[in-house]
Amino acid sequence: MSVETAAAPKVAPRAPAPIDTRAASLRAVYIIWYRDILRYWRDRWRLVASLAQPLLFLVVFGSGLSSSLGSGGVFGSRGGLSYIQFVFPGIIGMSILFTSIFGAMSIVWDREFGFLKEVLVAPIDRWAVAIGKALGGTTQAMIQGLILLVLAPFVGVKLSLLTILAIVPLAAVLAFGLSAFGVMLASMMKSLQGFQVVMNFLMMPMFFLSGALFPLTNLPSWMTFLTRIDPASYGIDPLRRVVLSDSGLSSAAIDRLGLTINGQVLPIPLEAGIMLAFGVVLLGIAVVMFQRRD
Amino acid sequence: MSEAVIEAKGLVKKYGQLEAVRGIDLEVKQGEIFGFLGPNGAGKSTTISMLCTLLKPTAGSASVAGIDVMHDPARVRQRIGLVFQDPSLDDQLTGRENLEFHAFIYSVPAEHRRERIDKMLELLQLTDRAGSQVRTYSGGMKRRLEIARGMLHEPQILFLDEPTLGLDPQTRRNIWTHLNDLRARTGVTIFMTTHYMDEAEYCDRIAIIDKGQIVAQGTPDQLKAMVGGDVVTMTSSKPEDALEEIQKVLGVVPTRDDGTLRMEVQDGRKFVPRLVRELTVPVDTISLRRPSLDDVFLKLTGRAIREEEASDRERMRAMASRWMGRRR
Repeated sequence: MSVETAAAPKVAPRAPAPIDTRAASLRAVYIIWYRDILRYWRDRWRLVASLAQPLLFLVVFGSGLSSSLGSGGVFGSRGGLSYIQFVFPGIIGMSILFTSIFGAMSIVWDREFGFLKEVLVAPIDRWAVAIGKALGGTTQAMIQGLILLVLAPFVGVKLSLLTILAIVPLAAVLAFGLSAFGVMLASMMKSLQGFQVVMNFLMMPMFFLSGALFPLTNLPSWMTFLTRIDPASYGIDPLRRVVLSDSGLSSAAIDRLGLTINGQVLPIPLEAGIMLAFGVVLLGIAVVMFQRRD
Repeated sequence: MSEAVIEAKGLVKKYGQLEAVRGIDLEVKQGEIFGFLGPNGAGKSTTISMLCTLLKPTAGSASVAGIDVMHDPARVRQRIGLVFQDPSLDDQLTGRENLEFHAFIYSVPAEHRRERIDKMLELLQLTDRAGSQVRTYSGGMKRRLEIARGMLHEPQILFLDEPTLGLDPQTRRNIWTHLNDLRARTGVTIFMTTHYMDEAEYCDRIAIIDKGQIVAQGTPDQLKAMVGGDVVTMTSSKPEDALEEIQKVLGVVPTRDDGTLRMEVQDGRKFVPRLVRELTVPVDTISLRRPSLDDVFLKLTGRAIREEEASDRERMRAMASRWMGRRR
């Protein structure tokens, strides 16, 4: 008795040999994504911990800096924007930034602990791994960012349902771009050793220069340049403009503190488009890298 | 039952100057349990990786399940199940979830998924713990889960690279029971590597590999017949004198390992009384046994396979987890 004969008289006549690799790869994208979500929900402590950090930032920066920035600067007084209102969407952006990059870079952990091997030897195309992981990171980061919206009333930010609906795609675009970035980094890393370097020399500068913590206006020119080439800037700026749109502040006041190129405020769809394009290009690079491996 | 499902001809793998595998010919038949036996670094893993299409051979050819490994690796992978040497489970998922993941990426048809997962869990006696996270499993359970996973897409051949490495003897026996059971129930061909000589005894046929070449191939009995007769070992407080005397008086050339002398003789039951009668040097112990595969290996290579130390990677892992605790 052989496997073939044992398996043959089943209900449906299964195609014995070639499976449709494309369909298989799409299924793989789904299950790779699903696994990440499953792990995310299962790890409650990580969920709590990852909310604690933004909360800390909000309290410390918000309260600490609000008082000293209160008068004279661009914040506070005369019905303008307070620093804590300004930094709130920035903290959401921060949360998305770290969650998506870390989420996507879990590939490096999978490699270290052997699980990646199980995926890479499967009869599927390698692009499925890159895309599944990018979508997994995107989803986790979106959840993480959107949860923070519940803090809005405490920092004097009002949100309408419509605004929240507008925030979702913007959060998604930011999360996707950065997840793609994370997958690309992971595709180039063989072990966990490079992780610290990536953290210190890529993620931190990306975060600090993104306009999450301070307005991107009136900066020295070298810094203006760096903030404009930071892809995260193009994701956080539209997020801020939309999050603050219901709080009774003049949109001109908000735009003035945001991202401008040659003094011009960019339309939100353009900013989102830039972020999306960034993600697509990096994911493309990651796919090529994955296919080239071993 | 007799068609070859694995065929390799002149397989070679070079890493730069280093020749890890130096021309291997193999033939494994449908339904066999085939053991690939040799010490660490002999080229076992390299060979199995080439057969599983994980490594490209430098030269030679191989076909698995009738498919050329060079031309159509994807189709080969559909037809084989793999159990790696290093763990490859997601230990934050449950056993069942690990199997579900596998069923998806191996395109197990949706209508069969549940039924096959249940069947495999039951075959490997994991049903009770299927809902627990893998990190709570013992080493043996993890291995069984990996075997269940490898069988989930109903492969024609199951490849296992050192499936019992690092497990205690009782667990090893248990894994073997399961492998035999699986073969009996599904007819799957099993190809495995091991450096445990005693395990090779469970195989239908074995190939012994040393320094990248196959030095012998056959059933365990055929190989043991190469040693010829019985193995007598004795210990003495004066091994050198004993060695000399045995050579002179009994005409047998023993091999010596510290205080232990070992000799291969035609009829051990008659030899032992002579040994006792004719030796004048003090004899501490004498034992007589049928030849084992260890003896075969010793005869073929002049070296014994030591009870293997853990691989470097494993040692690193152990060290890392001591320092950093559970890392994910």
